[in-house]
Amino acid sequence: MARKTQGPEIERLIQLLARMPGLGPRSARKAALALLKRRADLLEPLSRAMSEAAERLRDCPVCGNLDTVAPCTICSDERRDRTMIVVVEEIGDLWALERAGVVNGLYHVLGGHLSPLDGIGPDQLAIPRLVERAVPPVTEVLLALNATVEGQSTAHYVREQIAASGVAVSVLQQGVPVGGELDYLDDGTLAAAIRSRRPL
Amino acid sequence: MWISRLVLTDFRNHARLELNLDRRPVVLAGANGAGKTNVLEAVSLLAAGQGLRRAAYPELIRRAGAGGWAVAATLETDAGPVEIGTGLDPSRPDAARGGRIVRINGEPQSGSGALAGLVEMAWLLPSMDGLFTGPAGDRRRFLDRLVLGFDAGHAMRAGQFERAMRQRNRLLEDGVRDAARFRGLEHVLAETGVALAAARVATVAGIVRMIEARHARTPDSPFPWAALALEGALEADLTAGRPAVDVEDRYLESLASGRERDRAAGRTLEGPHRSDLVVGHGPKGMPADASSTGEQKALLIGLVLAHAELLAERRSGAAPILLLDEIAAHLDVRRRAALFREIRLLGSQAWLTGTDPIAFEALLNDAQFIPVRDDGIGRQAVSPHPADDDLSI
Ligand SMILES: Nc1ncnc2c1ncn2[C@@H]1O[C@H](COP(=O)(O)OP(=O)(O)OP(=O)(O)O)[C@@H](O)[C@H]1O
Ligand SMILES: [Mg+2]
Ligand SMILES: [Zn+2]
Repeated sequence: MARKTQGPEIERLIQLLARMPGLGPRSARKAALALLKRRADLLEPLSRAMSEAAERLRDCPVCGNLDTVAPCTICSDERRDRTMIVVVEEIGDLWALERAGVVNGLYHVLGGHLSPLDGIGPDQLAIPRLVERAVPPVTEVLLALNATVEGQSTAHYVREQIAASGVAVSVLQQGVPVGGELDYLDDGTLAAAIRSRRPL
Repeated sequence: MWISRLVLTDFRNHARLELNLDRRPVVLAGANGAGKTNVLEAVSLLAAGQGLRRAAYPELIRRAGAGGWAVAATLETDAGPVEIGTGLDPSRPDAARGGRIVRINGEPQSGSGALAGLVEMAWLLPSMDGLFTGPAGDRRRFLDRLVLGFDAGHAMRAGQFERAMRQRNRLLEDGVRDAARFRGLEHVLAETGVALAAARVATVAGIVRMIEARHARTPDSPFPWAALALEGALEADLTAGRPAVDVEDRYLESLASGRERDRAAGRTLEGPHRSDLVVGHGPKGMPADASSTGEQKALLIGLVLAHAELLAERRSGAAPILLLDEIAAHLDVRRRAALFREIRLLGSQAWLTGTDPIAFEALLNDAQFIPVRDDGIGRQAVSPHPADDDLSI
């Protein structure tokens, strides 16, 4: 057994930080140390912000976004164009599109993509809820799914499910490299992709 | 294109090997087990794909080494020198994902695919001697490698097709009968499948044209001209001049109507993963698999040379790198001389291996001779045989 070098609270903090994406054990120790050294202006405010967020966090019952209000800020924003729904795989994609500021419509987060190999079928995704939403005043559903095999086959599936509603379905055309995930694109590329959508 | 510097670190039996080269052919000479083929394998990893043995990357780590391997090279191209680095570092968190690290001019790449548009390479190995008599999968892979020289996106599309097919096979296996779920995947299969077939058709047409030109130039070449035909429903439709969109629609229909048949078979029975490259001995009008061992070898060399010449033509004269393992051993004096002439004519930095440098005497002043010695340890593991539906290149 290795010798203990700090109390259990700090060890726990390091262990939890190490579970964050992009942080390994080493950078987790570094982050922990930074927090501990800056107790008043970092550790305590962060801890408060986190417990507040944890307390108020809600899944948006409409679009699947995460927010502290339900429906989410986007769904409740009256200035948004309610005729258009942009469908994404993950909340991270929604955030990327919002960051790029290229969507004025509403969103729908599927929560992943169809993947029989991973046991993910339509029932594991928010597809039925999307079909319910694809009715007037909505006139266009833009499928902003990843340019991967799973993203593209999911797009075809979703289009078929919506087809009966008469709502127009479009997909991103250019800018998204094949195999590309939206989350990784820069704002300019995302903007070009949204502008160049085409009917599916 | 040629390699001016090659450094292997903990690669197979080589703890460290550093070569500084000029643009002439490279002759690697040394005893059995010295590590000559290993050097060719290292060079082959400068191109896209899994390397010439298609070995799993951890197998390449030198036994008794530090763990991990690296191949670094300076590639001289029309556009100037390019630094390529590739390897495996098991200590990196992403190592478990199965890929290798690839850097071009120091920039990390997301996979070896980025090398496809940069490095052109073809190889001939003793293990390919049975290409014409062996399983169709081997010929398909051979063909797809040839295609890669003209269509850098080919390997990626093959990967997508395979992925979609595996997803579809799982739906079949799971007893799913919701047609909409199949259609989503079958659209991807049709799009990528027809693109794969079209790239094959175009490549074969180019090679056939080059074979004809070579035959006209040297009618009595010891490397007989090959008659090539592509076997596969999509390829046949495209060759017949049917528009790609129609071929896509037909494939979509046949996938849909074939679902129950495929379910019974436990796999997708129709598509570019079942195609074959049928080769014939041109002058004799015989199927290649009915030709003699020596004739098959000569046929294969002729095919690879035609492909290399076609690549060179497309790149306004810049010949691909050829990796020719134990090539001299199988050729009589006349064929050997003819091969060296061809290599010289092409201007390729061919890499040749042999146990006896005498076999390369005719190349004496036109090649750089490099003795290869074993500096270590270990026996080589046998890599598992790939599945027949495998489209990876
Ligand atoms: N991962 C590894 N670590 C250490 N040694 C290895 C590894 N993989 C293979 N070897 C060894 O490398 C040696 C050289 O292999 P290679 O196939 O390159 O020989 P060669 O010079 O081409 O011989 P031949 O003339 O018989 O074809 C073999 O003895 C093999 O056991
Ligand atoms: Mg060898
Ligand atoms: Zn919402």
